[in-house]
Amino acid sequence: MPNQKYTPDRPAKDSQANGEELRVIGVPRRRVDARAKVTGQTRFADDIFLPRMAHCKLLRSPHPHARIRSIDASRALAHPGVYLVLTGKDLPIEYGILPVSQDEQALCVDHVRHVGDPVAAVIAREELTAFEALDLIDVDYEILTTISDPEEALATPEPRIHDYGEEGNIHKRVALEFGDVEKSFAEADEIFEDIFFYQGSTHLPIEQHAAVATKDPDGKLTIWSSTQTPHYLHRALAKVLNMPPAHIRVSATPNGGGFGGKSDPFNHEIVVAKAALLLDRPVKICLTREEVFYCHRGRHPVLMKFKTGVKKDGSITGMHLQTLIDGGGYGSYGVASTFYTGALQTTTYHIPRYRFAGCRTFTNKPPCGPKRGHGTVQPRFGQEVQLDKIAEKLKLDPAELRLRIVEAPNTVTANYLRLSTVNLSECIRRVVKISDWKEKFRKLPEGRGVGIACSAYLTGAGLAIYWNKMPHSGVQLKLDRGGGVAIFCGATEIGQGSDDVLASIVAEVLGIDTFDIRLFTGDTDLGPVDLGSYSSRVTIMAGSAALQAAERARELLAEAVAIRLEVPKEQLRFADKHVFDSVVPERRVPFHEAVCLAEARFGTIGTVGSYTPPKSPALYKGGGVGPSPTYSYTAAVVEVAVNPVTGWITVPKIWIAHDIGRALNPPLVRGQVEGSVYMGLGEALMEEQEFRRLPKKLSHALVHKFPSMLEYKSPTSLDMPEVVTELVEEPDPRGPFGAKEVGQGPLLPIMPAVANAVYDAVGVRIDEVPITPEKIMKALAEKRAGRDPRCGPSHFPHVDWPEALRVPPPWEGGDGNAVNDVPRPSKPRPEKEKVLSS
Amino acid sequence: MMRLPLFEFRSPRTLEEAVRILDGQGPSTMPLAGGTDLLPNMKRRQQVPRTLMSLRHVESLRHVQLSDSGSRLGACLTLTDIAEDPRFRNGMTALAQASALVATPHIRNMATLGGNLCLDTRCNYYDQNYEWRKAINFCLKKDGNTCWVATGSSKCVAVSSTDTAPALIALGARVRLFSRSGEREVALADLYNNDGINYIKRRPDEILAEVLLDPLHGWKSTYWKLRRRGSFDFPVLSVAAAARFSTQGVVEDARIVVGSAASRPLVAGEASKSLLGRSLNPESIAEAAALAARIAKPLDNTDFDMTWRKRVTAEFVTYALRELRGNDMHVERESVTRHPLPQS
Amino acid sequence: MLITLPAESQKSAHIRIALNGEHVDVSFAPYKTLLEILREDLSHTGTKHGCELGECGACAVLLEGKPVLSCLVLGVECDSRNILTVEGLGLEGHLHPLQDAFADLGAAQCGYCTPAILVTAKSLLDEHPQATRDQIRAALSGVLCRCTGYLQIFEAVEAAMVKIAEQNAAAK
Ligand SMILES: Cc1cc2nc3c(=O)[nH]c(=O)nc-3n(C[C@H](O)[C@H](O)[C@H](O)COP(=O)(O)OP(=O)(O)OC[C@H]3O[C@@H](n4cnc5c(N)ncnc54)[C@H](O)[C@@H]3O)c2cc1C
Ligand code: FES
Ligand code: FES
Repeated sequence: MPNQKYTPDRPAKDSQANGEELRVIGVPRRRVDARAKVTGQTRFADDIFLPRMAHCKLLRSPHPHARIRSIDASRALAHPGVYLVLTGKDLPIEYGILPVSQDEQALCVDHVRHVGDPVAAVIAREELTAFEALDLIDVDYEILTTISDPEEALATPEPRIHDYGEEGNIHKRVALEFGDVEKSFAEADEIFEDIFFYQGSTHLPIEQHAAVATKDPDGKLTIWSSTQTPHYLHRALAKVLNMPPAHIRVSATPNGGGFGGKSDPFNHEIVVAKAALLLDRPVKICLTREEVFYCHRGRHPVLMKFKTGVKKDGSITGMHLQTLIDGGGYGSYGVASTFYTGALQTTTYHIPRYRFAGCRTFTNKPPCGPKRGHGTVQPRFGQEVQLDKIAEKLKLDPAELRLRIVEAPNTVTANYLRLSTVNLSECIRRVVKISDWKEKFRKLPEGRGVGIACSAYLTGAGLAIYWNKMPHSGVQLKLDRGGGVAIFCGATEIGQGSDDVLASIVAEVLGIDTFDIRLFTGDTDLGPVDLGSYSSRVTIMAGSAALQAAERARELLAEAVAIRLEVPKEQLRFADKHVFDSVVPERRVPFHEAVCLAEARFGTIGTVGSYTPPKSPALYKGGGVGPSPTYSYTAAVVEVAVNPVTGWITVPKIWIAHDIGRALNPPLVRGQVEGSVYMGLGEALMEEQEFRRLPKKLSHALVHKFPSMLEYKSPTSLDMPEVVTELVEEPDPRGPFGAKEVGQGPLLPIMPAVANAVYDAVGVRIDEVPITPEKIMKALAEKRAGRDPRCGPSHFPHVDWPEALRVPPPWEGGDGNAVNDVPRPSKPRPEKEKVLSS
Repeated sequence: MMRLPLFEFRSPRTLEEAVRILDGQGPSTMPLAGGTDLLPNMKRRQQVPRTLMSLRHVESLRHVQLSDSGSRLGACLTLTDIAEDPRFRNGMTALAQASALVATPHIRNMATLGGNLCLDTRCNYYDQNYEWRKAINFCLKKDGNTCWVATGSSKCVAVSSTDTAPALIALGARVRLFSRSGEREVALADLYNNDGINYIKRRPDEILAEVLLDPLHGWKSTYWKLRRRGSFDFPVLSVAAAARFSTQGVVEDARIVVGSAASRPLVAGEASKSLLGRSLNPESIAEAAALAARIAKPLDNTDFDMTWRKRVTAEFVTYALRELRGNDMHVERESVTRHPLPQS
Repeated sequence: MLITLPAESQKSAHIRIALNGEHVDVSFAPYKTLLEILREDLSHTGTKHGCELGECGACAVLLEGKPVLSCLVLGVECDSRNILTVEGLGLEGHLHPLQDAFADLGAAQCGYCTPAILVTAKSLLDEHPQATRDQIRAALSGVLCRCTGYLQIFEAVEAAMVKIAEQNAAAK
């Protein structure tokens, strides 16, 4: 049986619905799509089989960096069973997720940038035939210098991997300063300088990316794809295929896991769309696992340097953070990722002055992008490990230190992020209590240890990728005479439960059951735009839109029922599939009758709702990344066991408390927390997106070390520790029914908590992720030799930083603008130049 | 979806029929047992046999005979058959443990003992898709001419990654090989070459039919396997140890075998010999551990850092010998395997 | 070279299997694995795949009651054999107690590993109606789940176990 019973913190009251007790929200429920999932009927993209369907395979570059001189596909085309071969010249228009990084081509035209970059596509009757025919395509390459990491990228301006970006192989450099940080260091009692490295990792959804495209009978295009962002795929297809968006329908099939890895428009999607249009028959592609590693867009490897000034009491006087980021071969979300490595440092603890400089380089590897916790995970690791070192030096308990410096709610931070509810202190107190922290910290026997860490995360990015004044999410509701309610929304189900969020909110407001609702989601033709399942935005944005649409529908029904029952409409309540008089509850009409009454009075009942995030006070350039309507908070304690001889490390137990605002469906929330813990633990201990550079004298090869499910180590059921989850619920006025995010935040504290626990266990610092037995053993050897008991990077290379944009913090008279920026042009600039967020 | 290449398929009913099919075909006809090694290799185009010959219907390959005068295990027993059969204990504990630690429960339901002993050697540069191998211009083991692990090497250094072979060698097992021209018996310790390509002395026309064990009265054995996760992963280092004790606890005979540290399981002869006539105490254990670690020469072609793997060798020998001595090793065991294991 | 044999040389193969308790005949390209036949030739898409190399477990089905990886079973080796997939779990229009428990207790997030985990758990409970947490963890260790962190899966298996025991007691 479930080992933890869910007990809400306070009686579920205060409703945005009925002013009464909540009947759906907060009650543990079977999610709406559960039946489909447990019967195997959920239709994932690769489960789609259409008559006459052909299969597509991509020929990928075997070289990390090369120019394409020529491609001869004639032998492949002549191969029996092959219908079509496409090459770069068939799809030359560039695209990319961000308007500032339109740097991808569906099939490379003349330049390949990593092993696995696609150069041609074969479409054939059988997948096996398409695969075999790949070998019949002759590509003549001119090999270019391989650039394998950021240091090499900084040192090798030529050849350029892209001919845009800052200069050489630097994609993006940013520098921001909020207050005079040098002065803050002068005021500090102690200065801490630390360098950390966070290794790249990948999403590894169990479902490999797949897409099926077909030309509709009326000549339009439909594509089903395992994408988290149908809206952005829609945009990219319209651009590259040069087709009116109105003639393209993108249907996001439920994703078999996404975690950020299916948030970019992908070359394979565009290729099958083009092929289906040309062949006038359905075309499917399903990537192999190796190819999924080439799509990647996962965690950026980040080298970072923290300099932090503190007072004796632990308060922070200022912080200077530098990050050097390995971007891989394309832009992807990288500009946003770069900003994100510096954006959220100020959201957990009060940092009065803050300077951040970040630099993303191109390298000849699959592009990095957004993975669960996008860009904020790496610096969070550094920050929380450094805090542990600070606490030790100041002789403070690290939990106590954190409690002292937690940022206050409803604050605007030094970098102009507006916080709403902040229950980090409560999270810390909870994990300290349930983990028995005070009995364990520095008290466990040698080889055992505990560590604590905290984090914050966005509840939806405050700014859209394309700046415009339109809502970020829209919902349409249709109510029919049988009492059925249909929800139409672009939101995409990736396993996180977005369909259930929509259904539960509508069901709560209308007093019906979630199973009385039909959902039409993730489809660009069927529902209004939702920007996608990324940045933990669905609950707050699509949820708020659903709330608005449902309230509008309730209003119509209430008005009609009020007349029938002859009571003031304010007196009506919606519950148990009825609309009833709250004073004399026996006076009531069934819900479906209420719909009929309303339809008779107002005509067909359909309502809409939409959501636009509040304006951010961050007006400086770059201020678009980081703002969110509200932030979730998490604290975690991790216990480790370390073998002092071999460094072998295991994690027996984790305690975690998450400030969720309100849990809409508690088992789902717990699942998100535990899933995040799981993924965090993988990153902490074993997962690595690692590459091999073959000896330069013999080869130019730079390959993914092990693009396989076997060698990329995702923890198994035997590796998962016991987890005790606590939810802290103070409804946030900005979230629907008070809900904040949970899909990403709980991942963040795990890695630093593991590192801090290792120090508690055996007294060595592993300033690098993953924390492997080899590294622990190395550090233990250092310790025994009387040297610095540490394993981690020792130097941060020189970067030519641009002059920082200086933005005085709110408490130094700032207004959110930079004082040294070129004045903003008054008329809107073309979309291309704008600063973006994700 | 990864697809198999095309192949001819044969499914003999008897061993005689099977060896007739193999006769004269050379390596292009391969026996297929559980398929858990061969089929992934075929999908990655590492091995592309023209003909697959299934052993599934050859009943005689699935017998078990355990008796006081020795044991015979059919090559097509599955690893689940072995891991879950309580008769494989005491002397044979190492075999049960090794079987229980292979891959995953699902794979053990399919995988056979014979297939495990004939398992292809493994290497990070070789166990990759066709496209990946193309990106490094292939390697010595298949289609290329450089060993990327040791570029100066003229010999392939792919790693013997079978779990049951080290365990069975520690138990002194022999195997029976059948071909059309007859049968032969080979000590398992002699079945392998330290060569990643020609790693096995089985001829392509031979079927490994059974594993033979002498009586194991008075023997105790154990198996320790290093891998990153609690399941799925191949061993990247393993230690099998077996010893026969006198009533006073003096070692009368001992065999320590180090697996996954070369292209073949390594018999730690000196380490084993150093224990003879002694009881297992901290000194004798430490000495044996140091001697055994000396022969392990892991290279950078598996998971984990190679110097660390070497360091763990000594530690694992220590664990194994302490366990044979009767120490309670369950804390170390659980920490390493995360897996409930057959105990002796 | 990727091309091994000319495709024309391959006549389609034919087998008869007992799929979820029903006899079915199927013809297929002889290189196909059980996974491909189930999904492509028998329209049973409930069985998933994440690697096709034995490395993820998403393709698990029960073969003669035991969990195996359908991506590593040749179709031509399946003649006359009993196969159970997620489509065959439910009983007379009802969900299997495991399915109910998974649905209610958050054990299926994206649902992609779910079919494999469900059939694996069924085989475990058939054999060990009173499985311990350790046995459950071990039995499920051949299927990766990237979403849940497994804990709610363990709990759902335990809840189903109780339910099945109750049902059996009631039936007696
Ligand atoms: C994800 C994964 C993880 C794995 N982990 C492990 C692990 O931890 N430890 C481990 O040892 N193995 C592991 N394996 C490899 C494999 O599953 C086992 O080694 C298994 O025992 C092989 O047996 P099989 O019957 O499936 O062999 P098959 O694949 O059928 O055959 C393997 C080889 O042996 C030959 N062969 C088989 N039987 C005979 C016979 N009787 N006579 C002559 N030749 C024969 C075949 O021709 C082939 O060359 C793993 C495999 C996978 C896919
Ligand atoms: S598909 Fe991954 S194990 Fe079969
Ligand atoms: S629920 Fe998504 S992989 Fe298990």
